[in-house]
Amino acid sequence: MSERSDITLTINGHAHAIRVEPRRTLVDAIREDCGQTGTHIGCEHGVCGACTVLVDGEPVRSCLMLAVQADGREIRTVEGLANGDDLNPLQRAFMEHHGLQCGFCTPGFLMLVTGVLEREPDISDDDLVDVLSSNLCRCTGYQSIVKAVRAAAAQMRR
Amino acid sequence: MAPPDAKPKEKFVGRSVPRLEDRPLLTGRGRFAADISFPRQLHMRVVRSNFAHGRIRSIDPSAALAKAGVHAVWTAADTADIPPIDFRLTRIECLEPYRQRLFATGTVRYVGEPVAAVFADDPYLAEDAAELVVLDVEELPPLLRADAEPGEFEPGRSTEPAIVRKGYGDIDAAFRSAHAVVEATLSIGRHSAVPIETRGAIARYDAADDMLELHGAAKVPHWNRAQIARMFGRALSSVHLYEGHVGGGFGVRGELYPEDVLVCAAAMRLRRPVKWIEDRREHLIAANHSRQQCHHVRAAVDRDGRILAIEDEIFHDQGAYMRTHAATVPDLTAAMLPGPYRVPAYRADVHIRLTNKTPCGTYRAPGRFESTFVRERLLDAIAARLRLDRIEVRRRNLIALQEMPYARPLDTLGTGIVLDSGDYAGLLDKALAAVEWPRLREKLAQRRAAGELVGAGVALFVEKSGLGPIDEVRISVDEQGTVEVVSGSASVGQGMETVLAQICADALGVDCHRVRVVHGQTNRIERGMGAFASRVTVMTGEATRIAAAALRTKAIEAAAELLQAPAAVLDVVDGEVVRTDSGAGPSIGLAAIARALGRGSKLGAEHPLGLTAEGSFTSNHMNYPYGVHIAVTRVDAETGAVDIERFLIAYDVGKAVNPMLIEGQIVGGCAQGIGGALLEEFLYDERGEPLSVTLADYLMPTAREVPPVQVLIREDAPSPLNPLGLKGAGEGGANAVGAALAAAIDDALGAPNAVTELPITPLRLKRLIGHAGRGERLAAKPQPLDRPDEAR
Repeated sequence: MSERSDITLTINGHAHAIRVEPRRTLVDAIREDCGQTGTHIGCEHGVCGACTVLVDGEPVRSCLMLAVQADGREIRTVEGLANGDDLNPLQRAFMEHHGLQCGFCTPGFLMLVTGVLEREPDISDDDLVDVLSSNLCRCTGYQSIVKAVRAAAAQMRR
Repeated sequence: MAPPDAKPKEKFVGRSVPRLEDRPLLTGRGRFAADISFPRQLHMRVVRSNFAHGRIRSIDPSAALAKAGVHAVWTAADTADIPPIDFRLTRIECLEPYRQRLFATGTVRYVGEPVAAVFADDPYLAEDAAELVVLDVEELPPLLRADAEPGEFEPGRSTEPAIVRKGYGDIDAAFRSAHAVVEATLSIGRHSAVPIETRGAIARYDAADDMLELHGAAKVPHWNRAQIARMFGRALSSVHLYEGHVGGGFGVRGELYPEDVLVCAAAMRLRRPVKWIEDRREHLIAANHSRQQCHHVRAAVDRDGRILAIEDEIFHDQGAYMRTHAATVPDLTAAMLPGPYRVPAYRADVHIRLTNKTPCGTYRAPGRFESTFVRERLLDAIAARLRLDRIEVRRRNLIALQEMPYARPLDTLGTGIVLDSGDYAGLLDKALAAVEWPRLREKLAQRRAAGELVGAGVALFVEKSGLGPIDEVRISVDEQGTVEVVSGSASVGQGMETVLAQICADALGVDCHRVRVVHGQTNRIERGMGAFASRVTVMTGEATRIAAAALRTKAIEAAAELLQAPAAVLDVVDGEVVRTDSGAGPSIGLAAIARALGRGSKLGAEHPLGLTAEGSFTSNHMNYPYGVHIAVTRVDAETGAVDIERFLIAYDVGKAVNPMLIEGQIVGGCAQGIGGALLEEFLYDERGEPLSVTLADYLMPTAREVPPVQVLIREDAPSPLNPLGLKGAGEGGANAVGAALAAAIDDALGAPNAVTELPITPLRLKRLIGHAGRGERLAAKPQPLDRPDEAR
């Protein structure tokens, strides 16, 4: 367990050279070794989706991936969404539609939706609800999240 | 011309202002417990009992201690000098011997009970070492049912430490003279808040100034501060708690738990910061559970369905220990059960029963989710028995508008129950109109005739909010003109910063975006009650309004001197003191007034220093919001699944400060209610081994299961107990979901009184469908609280 590997995690375009145990999860490496604490840990068994990040454009539960598996791949996290102080359309829609309360699950939802809308900008409302049902939120009851995502998707299509 | 004491215009209160809290949370810049780290910190891993009940023969930490990087392993012997965690609310003295100590001492009483803790350089290492701690236990038979014969907690102490008794009136006479007696046995499953952020605590001791800090605090930081100081025999001024972002509270997070005290003890003794972050399995077996009760309820009614008396014997499954809430949930259950109805005679006996399961505390609408289910099931049963319409039977029993305020000879949380205001029948009408009830009934009847299992259910309830006794707020304007509201309240993600900023903005006369709100920092304000019982908007909100009004008066008085104008013609508008008697004339900003009141300035010599004011609000009574839930469901006879086609919640909050946030509270609460009504349940096997230890076993609703919820926010009955008329909005969304869904499913099955147990899982529902299909009469038979043999 103690044999460590040198890997490079590229997070939001920045390369982080780190040394990790083979068993280290990607989310721990992102948070603890790279200091990007916007990605949250909710269950560590792949159900809640709070730790969702994009790896080479695909939404991934970063608690179920090992850091060494992400070596050299492009990782995107919530910290990379805004442009300086300017929130992106999805973030703005979450604010306008009250798509968050405590905000703990929010980064996971934002990254899940970002990945899905990039791949499938014309996703149907019903498919969207299916996608959103892969992450858990305990505060909002989801309908404000659904509204926010629909609004952002419509705006992005324009 | 507005005199300075005129009621300020509402520019922000009443509007759906986007939240001030959102930006850091949307950009990954929040500060949740796990995000906090200190140099040289140790990581704590708790070793937990894997036996539900047994005598500890030995705990061997030697293999764990032998690992490089492990600094200490503690057991009960190491913390014997630290007292058990005390009660925060609803103390009954005879419950005290049942309080939980930091570690199991001699006996383990539930799976998940802390028996040891490992302190190591790294969390992975701490977890490895914890696996090496050898716990040897002589297993004892577990007690798993609250309605079974009580056993022994320890020699000479029963597992029934107390019975909470509430009531009034001549029950026996009422039952003797009754036209009919309607009975039911009803039970509510064990479930809980399960926020997406698990618990966390980071303690730091600074020997340089002998200061103990606890980070990751939530809900009640000031109370926890005082407790921690008392438990360690430290001066109050040498302990501070710091609240960061809180990933969901709902009653569970922020109570003082063994782990919070352990990190403090370790930080002081090991002289390094100590961090503990709970994992999900731990959370599901160690953080407070809630709700599990069995009710044997009966009502005496006259021939018109009017209630003469209600009698309820309740078995409350408390789990293994009495935690901080002591008798809160049993107390609220008994006190709130009569709800919005006239109940001339009443008796509730709540047996507090300890079992070998995770200890329980409050969860959103504690005692009300449970008692509303029971009361509304009872009303439906009365309707069925007397062949009356379900709505009509409710109308006949509702407390009328003219009877308000309505004093009920019961008390709870140390306050007498006086229903302060409400138009219960009016709200019922509005809710029924919103769903077009007669047409809805007709359509459902047609669909049922075509073979579908569809139905509608209605449930009414009274909530409670604004628990006092006091809240204090200090507001200051600095020399740049920024307004800072310092409260002793807490944020659990509900949007309280925005709400307090809105209230402050209107009362002071500034833009709410110039207001910073401080909460949960014990070093910033001496006292604070925190965030629970839907109290923040009412108590902290009113204290904020009072402080802001005092600050406005102070600013105007200072401006009167500076502008050489009579105070009576001045007003504060958008942060500027202006003359209201002429369109033009000089004005002065709050920042300039703050500078003029600064040290060394001319005005500062004659006025109290600084542009700052305090406000406090005292309230000896809670106030009582109320609501109606209407559910429309379709039952799938093949799978036993319930599809919620429609859900309406009408809720009277007295005064809506931010309707968007209230809707968020109501819809979010409804989703949690749906979880408790249909999906969520902590199950145990016959040895007391928990079966719901991952989020794949403990099923919470997703975006698929929660329907669009229609919300009708009403301001029909402002509370007379505070000038804005505020009532709390945190719990009404959850309160009656179980009751309304049960009624809707009964209706869908065409089988009154069918649902007697929550959650209504597919398996239980399939069984009911089987009975209904065979045309059997559905009797409300006593149900065991736990069904270890039953899979979902």
